[in-house]
Amino acid sequence: MTISTPPAADAIAEEPARRGLLRYAVAKVGGALLSIAMVIVATFFAFRLLPGDPVRALAQGRNMTPEQLDLERRRLGLDKSLLEQFVQFVNQTVHFDLGTSYEYKRPVLDLIGERIGATLLLTGTALVMAVSLGIWQGARAGWKPGSRFDKFSTGVSLVLWSVPTFWLGLLLLMVFAAGIGPIPGIFPTRGIESVDAPDGFGYVLDVAKHMVLPCLTMVAVVYAQYLLVMRSSVLDEVGQDYVTTARAKGLKDDEIRRRHAVPNALLPTVTLVFMRIGFVVGGAVTVEAIFSWPGLGQLFYEAIRVPDFTLMQGTFLLITVSVILMNTLADVIYHVLDPRVRSA
Amino acid sequence: MLTATDLAVEFASRGRRARAVDGVNLSVGAGEIVALVGESGCGKTTLARTLLGLERPTSGTVSYDGSPLSYRGKALQAYRRQVQLVLQDPMGSLNPRQTVYEAVAEGPRIHGLPDEEKVVAEALSRAGLRPPERFFLRYPHELSGGQRQRVVIAGALALDPKVLIADEPVASLDASVRGEILALLLRLRDDLGLSALVVTHDLGLAWNIADRVAVMYLGRIVESGPTEEILKNPQHPYTQALLSVLPESEERIVLTGEPPDPTRIPTGCRFHPRCQIVAAGNPIADKCRTDLLPVLPTTEGSQAACHLVTQRQTR
Repeated sequence: MTISTPPAADAIAEEPARRGLLRYAVAKVGGALLSIAMVIVATFFAFRLLPGDPVRALAQGRNMTPEQLDLERRRLGLDKSLLEQFVQFVNQTVHFDLGTSYEYKRPVLDLIGERIGATLLLTGTALVMAVSLGIWQGARAGWKPGSRFDKFSTGVSLVLWSVPTFWLGLLLLMVFAAGIGPIPGIFPTRGIESVDAPDGFGYVLDVAKHMVLPCLTMVAVVYAQYLLVMRSSVLDEVGQDYVTTARAKGLKDDEIRRRHAVPNALLPTVTLVFMRIGFVVGGAVTVEAIFSWPGLGQLFYEAIRVPDFTLMQGTFLLITVSVILMNTLADVIYHVLDPRVRSA
Repeated sequence: MLTATDLAVEFASRGRRARAVDGVNLSVGAGEIVALVGESGCGKTTLARTLLGLERPTSGTVSYDGSPLSYRGKALQAYRRQVQLVLQDPMGSLNPRQTVYEAVAEGPRIHGLPDEEKVVAEALSRAGLRPPERFFLRYPHELSGGQRQRVVIAGALALDPKVLIADEPVASLDASVRGEILALLLRLRDDLGLSALVVTHDLGLAWNIADRVAVMYLGRIVESGPTEEILKNPQHPYTQALLSVLPESEERIVLTGEPPDPTRIPTGCRFHPRCQIVAAGNPIADKCRTDLLPVLPTTEGSQAACHLVTQRQTR
């Protein structure tokens, strides 16, 4: 928007508004910290409910004497009572120590650090694409509800939303990576890079090529939610009197959409987007598994199979905490964006 | 100034055609305030929208200054500067995320008027928001209902229009604020020579500000004339019924029957199924049920579309 608002003598009103924002932000952050504390408790106990014995799983079917199993158990700290384990876990966690992975025998934080880049690259790209596509189509669909564009874009997005992720992923793999009939496979089937990837720009290109299919799968499956939220919030604006007023002043239809309806309709969508940014960290377990993407989702998936308690707790905590933080950020941003919430 | 001739607007609703406006002749002269009165659903809002060029008529014409309204981009754009709109709900009429300045400046920006800040300040003080600079950076939710409606009016005034079309301009305001806004409309007429068409369901409001009144029923104007004559000596049974609900009236006429449905306009006089005179068994009732009434022409004087009135006059 091009706004050239002249200065006014109303600086007095600014101060209480800013203090209101601060109080609001403090309250939100306090709430978030409480949620995180509850998540820490829940994380510990939820994973202890999983079936399976990590010690036996790590033995991988080798014959071990009960003494050896006990020794291993002591090494992992599983011989202590649940309460002692819990106290130790909480103590470590608040000191930002996520423990040592049972399976990899390395600090969980290091493991996460190695994987997080790949995940952020994939899910971040997919999120940006899904949000842009969803908002763009949703705004147009909601502006002219019932139009051909609306029916088509809403229909397609809902079909894709209903498709199981693994099925769509496998289908894309079959068609575009393995090749079908006379069509050769054009995209790589797995991983983030080729073994013989060149350096420099060639490497970027190689990674991009590897990203196409997993990214496409993720975008196709999730963009419907942005489209639908945007569509319904634009729809709410269409009937507003200020739209009629702007039209009566001679503002063109496209301009009304761009200047009035879309900025106002973006508010609810912003909340949704920030919630999803939280999930970006967690990656998409299914997509990473299908395309063997070396990210956090796959790390989590492997940890469940053992079960590798510390690794699971670590990744799960990271995911939930980022979701909570992003939600809090969304609340605060909403506050800044909407003048009505600001002074309320 | 602004004239509607044989105006009709139809909508398709659930496979049936709704004749929201069904043959209307109406004119608003220079510096004149005309009240368009009728119950909800009678087509008065559709008529207002059509006069603004927001809705295209199915037949008939809207003309301004003697020339029919063109719906082509440039001509319509020029027309928008002449005829402006004020809606009922000032909160809804203002974009909640825009400051007062932005809201009022929108019109001048669209039409590329020079000296934007001066235009905005002048419009705000014309609308009674003084000193205007104090309101520039306010948001609608920080203002009172009356102030908001003044901002909406300022937004219209910023284009320096000749006609204001106000759709229930005070219906959502507190009684104490109503008078102020109406006084503002009257002052604008006196100072700027602004004409206004005020759409309302409130005859008391019409009495306070209008020079002329047009009563609308089911897509058509059933009675029109100078405010004094219409309100003191209503001819049409519908106007009589509307007036009877004012607190000052002695006898209350309660209309029977369902509220009118523009997809099923009755034969004969369109008011006959609810008319208290037909219900009372007046001998003219047969004629009311079968004989169509002519569309009222555009005149300054009093007129009513009613068989009984016609009979009385010819006798």
